[in-house]
Amino acid sequence: MCVAHLASVVQRSRLRNSMADNLETTVAFWYLAIAAVGAGGLMLVARNPVHSAISLVIVIFHVAGLFVILGAGFLAVAQIAIYAGAIVVLFLFTLMMLDMRRLPEERVTHRQIWLGIPLGILLAIEGVVVSVGTPEISASIKGAFPPATVSDLGGSTQALAVALFNEFTLPFLGASVLLTAATIGAIVLARRVEAHEQADFPQAAEGSSPVETPAEPALEESAR
Amino acid sequence: MDFWAWLILITKVLAVFLLFAIGAMPLVLLERWILGRMQSRYGPHRVGWRGTLQTAADGLKLGIKEDMIPGESDKGVYWFAPVMMVMPALAAWAIVPFGPEVEMGRTIGLWVADLNVGILFFLAMGSLGVYGVVMSGWSSNSKYAHLGALRSSAQVISYELVMGLAVLAVIIYAGSLSLIDIVNAQAGLWFIVPQLIGFLLFVIAAVAETNRAPFDLPEAESELVAGFHVEYSGMRWAFFFMAEYANMLLMSAIVATLFLGGWRGWTIPGLEALTGVFWFLLKCSVFMFGFFLLRATQPRFRYDQLMNFCWKILIPIGVVNLLIAAGLRMAWS
Repeated sequence: MCVAHLASVVQRSRLRNSMADNLETTVAFWYLAIAAVGAGGLMLVARNPVHSAISLVIVIFHVAGLFVILGAGFLAVAQIAIYAGAIVVLFLFTLMMLDMRRLPEERVTHRQIWLGIPLGILLAIEGVVVSVGTPEISASIKGAFPPATVSDLGGSTQALAVALFNEFTLPFLGASVLLTAATIGAIVLARRVEAHEQADFPQAAEGSSPVETPAEPALEESAR
Repeated sequence: MDFWAWLILITKVLAVFLLFAIGAMPLVLLERWILGRMQSRYGPHRVGWRGTLQTAADGLKLGIKEDMIPGESDKGVYWFAPVMMVMPALAAWAIVPFGPEVEMGRTIGLWVADLNVGILFFLAMGSLGVYGVVMSGWSSNSKYAHLGALRSSAQVISYELVMGLAVLAVIIYAGSLSLIDIVNAQAGLWFIVPQLIGFLLFVIAAVAETNRAPFDLPEAESELVAGFHVEYSGMRWAFFFMAEYANMLLMSAIVATLFLGGWRGWTIPGLEALTGVFWFLLKCSVFMFGFFLLRATQPRFRYDQLMNFCWKILIPIGVVNLLIAAGLRMAWS
């Protein structure tokens, strides 16, 4: 994840440098990039899950800063509000519920790490080759919204709205329906069966008490 | 940016910062006086003339108190949590317009920054405030603090949605995310008139977001002692207090800006800036008084009432209100 992140950051910096090159932007970029990657590394090696979550917040902040440099204010704010303000807070909420202080001391590394390391190196090389080694490719990666188009539309927020609600309306709505279905599914799975509803769920009535196994009847109901 | 632009920017930032460093003290005194009056007692009346120096004395006491760190706490997180509490509360002030533009050699707006995503920046900073609570509650390694932080995170995440829905309706009417544009869009009609429901939703959510009574479950002093900041002492504890007042002021300012026309009101020709700031501060103080009034008169919610009220009443109302606002806007344009 870190490597892919670094590659994309380097690529963006090249795009940016070809547009405007001034001292403030360069200093801000290098600070944000180094801090983001550093905090990403901390997130991976921290033995305490809460420290990992806090490092993740620091990464999100600095990536939001990178968005600001790129002139994408809406993305920067959305990044902070959604990822830092909602998702990582829920991680922390869960960690606090479980009261996890430390992970086990022995290091847990998966067997497939021997496959993962070469693949990661390959990805890093590809990233560097695409962004540094081939100027013609990186010049062609301008996206559908080069700066001129964005300023014609009136800003990055407007550009995003135009793309989201004209060209990609159907995928956008599809994603919304998918998320709603997932939410309803989670509610159904987690729902506790009340005593007066047991007639509707005969499995619960003949098994152990519904309070001890709240999820089971609802699980079978949804599986049919 | 030339030298003067930098100088103006730094002056604005310092002015807003000083507003807090000094502004919280008279507000604490005012709250204690009002609470005292409403509960048929005097309130502070010993230090200085009728107790005017009470908060200064309290501040001095906090400053010279020992800064205790619990033995089994997570020191780094414990140390950083109060900073994380104050930082978003102060950062969000960057986008609040205090008054109209002033001509002093060059045009200076009475705001720190006119972001084109201003109101979203406010929502983002509001959602970061919960980190201070969670970090302090978790790192203190105390059951009371832990419970307070758990309550607070659930509460803030839930009421954020209500606030977002109310803000969206205003954005639909104003057609812009910039607070300056939102104030200018209210030149004819304040948004409280077409968006009364949105206004009520926003005010309720604002009280819940600031963890004030009747939504003060995270720090319920009668059951959780003081909730998430129970282990803190001295200046670190004062940081939590400062953040609470900064957040209350911020919410008052945003309500005034979004629904009551910000700095708009009757003006004296030639003194537009002065009257603008006056109207803005007046509208803010009405809401600050509302915060104190609620604390003195309302009992605390029970936790299930709190969640049911948000998810089963406020959010459905907010969604319907948003749909109606969008429909009206489509019909007009």
